[in-house]
Amino acid sequence: MIGRRQILQGMGGAAALGASGVLARAAVAAKAPLVSGLPAGVYDAATLAALPGKKPLIKLADRPPNYETPAAYFTTPVTPNDAFFVRYHLADIPETIDADSWTLRVGGDGANGALEFGLRDLQSGFEHVEFAAVCQCSGNRRGLSEPHVPGVQWGVGAMGCAVWKGVRLKDVLAKAGLRKEAVEVVVDGADGPVVDKTPDFVKSIPLWKAMDENTIIATAMNGAPLPHFNGFPARLIVPGWTATYWMKHLTSVMVSTQPFDGFWVKSAYRIPTGKFPVVQHFETQVTAANEPITEMVVNSLIAAPAHDHKLRAGEAVEVKGVAWDAGYGIRRVEVTSDGGRTWREATLGKDHGRFAFRPWSFRFAAAKPGRYVILARASNAIGQTQAEALIFNPAGYHNNVMRPLNLVVA
Amino acid sequence: MLRHSMIAVAAVTVALAVQARAEEQEPALKDAPGRALVESQCAACHSLEYIRTNSPFMTQKVWEAEVHKMIKAFGAPIEPADAQTIIDYLVRNYGAPG
Repeated sequence: MIGRRQILQGMGGAAALGASGVLARAAVAAKAPLVSGLPAGVYDAATLAALPGKKPLIKLADRPPNYETPAAYFTTPVTPNDAFFVRYHLADIPETIDADSWTLRVGGDGANGALEFGLRDLQSGFEHVEFAAVCQCSGNRRGLSEPHVPGVQWGVGAMGCAVWKGVRLKDVLAKAGLRKEAVEVVVDGADGPVVDKTPDFVKSIPLWKAMDENTIIATAMNGAPLPHFNGFPARLIVPGWTATYWMKHLTSVMVSTQPFDGFWVKSAYRIPTGKFPVVQHFETQVTAANEPITEMVVNSLIAAPAHDHKLRAGEAVEVKGVAWDAGYGIRRVEVTSDGGRTWREATLGKDHGRFAFRPWSFRFAAAKPGRYVILARASNAIGQTQAEALIFNPAGYHNNVMRPLNLVVA
Repeated sequence: MLRHSMIAVAAVTVALAVQARAEEQEPALKDAPGRALVESQCAACHSLEYIRTNSPFMTQKVWEAEVHKMIKAFGAPIEPADAQTIIDYLVRNYGAPG
């Protein structure tokens, strides 16, 4: 278990501790730019704070660190590394990881052999692939559930889009050799629980998803090594699926002939079976009552201007944000300013790939003074669109309800 | 607009770098009977903002379920009598009616 002081000592050394120690006496917790609709306690407890190597982000918890990205960052399709959200389940997080001694174990009863790879083995032994993909926490927007549900009370920023570079998981698995009985691939990372009896954060994915050409082990993010708090030196990238599967600080990849029975797959990260419009299911883990969360649902966010932005009658303002889905491709973003009576198409920005944020913008102007409520609605290539009303579920997942932006025309 | 939002982000960054704190104080919970036990037992595994941010919408039934989940699913070594004290504290200070 490590505290903030130890993290700072580990990452920044005595200089950082000394410099900010002086300031600590005068420090007042900075107000976080929170969206409306969260539980009252969030407005009281959340602050803006910076982890080592990170910009100030919205801190929802110190230990384990849970920090979300302020919405103002989502005016661009790529989220900077130092502003990328941070999410851990358990507080025993390595202070630093030595890239030279890091090893990845590959094997399991569904593989023909067991292998170990160092970082250089991984980077030099396989073909490299690089693409942009959205990494979104399953519980992004949980704090906006009505009624509220327990958990990390995320607003809209437990997500980001980065350009990931790495090697295909299927190429790595091929080196070990797959047995025909293999059904799942179990992944673990270097972080763990404080108490021995707490289930370690271990996940599995279906073998077919592990063999997808877009499932990779990334060692670079936006052209740089992964930030420590985003999984240095290697993390699993499962494009289209929620971030619960994107194991950070990856240490082992085990092919299994049996469905994995760990807590984080059997009991956590599950949605009511059949309640959401998703195409891909984790078949070996589905029960009559519930199933693992898999794909992200189609969604969008208005990132600018700020809530209650004021403009004059006849003056135009550019309303802009991003849209994303599970990789089917964003086809359309529509905007209404009259409660949904009329919808007009926003202009889609550059396509950075089917798994990436799709930027969009819309010029709004009103001739008459008054308060205007702007809603944006994204649709994808397979005809899915955002929910008008929340599809309630006990863990607060898959919230893609349209979010209002208020504009004041004077 | 892009420039404006970048300037806004940069301004926030500068303002907050000044306020960066080296030693984060655990946020104080409300002072009431049971507080010391809650702080020592709950903060062993996670910081106390988890309690503050998950309020005040959880009813007695929901707080009971959460505390029992910490013990049964996550293996928190909390004695039954202590669990009741913790639940009572959470319901009175961070709970919702119902």
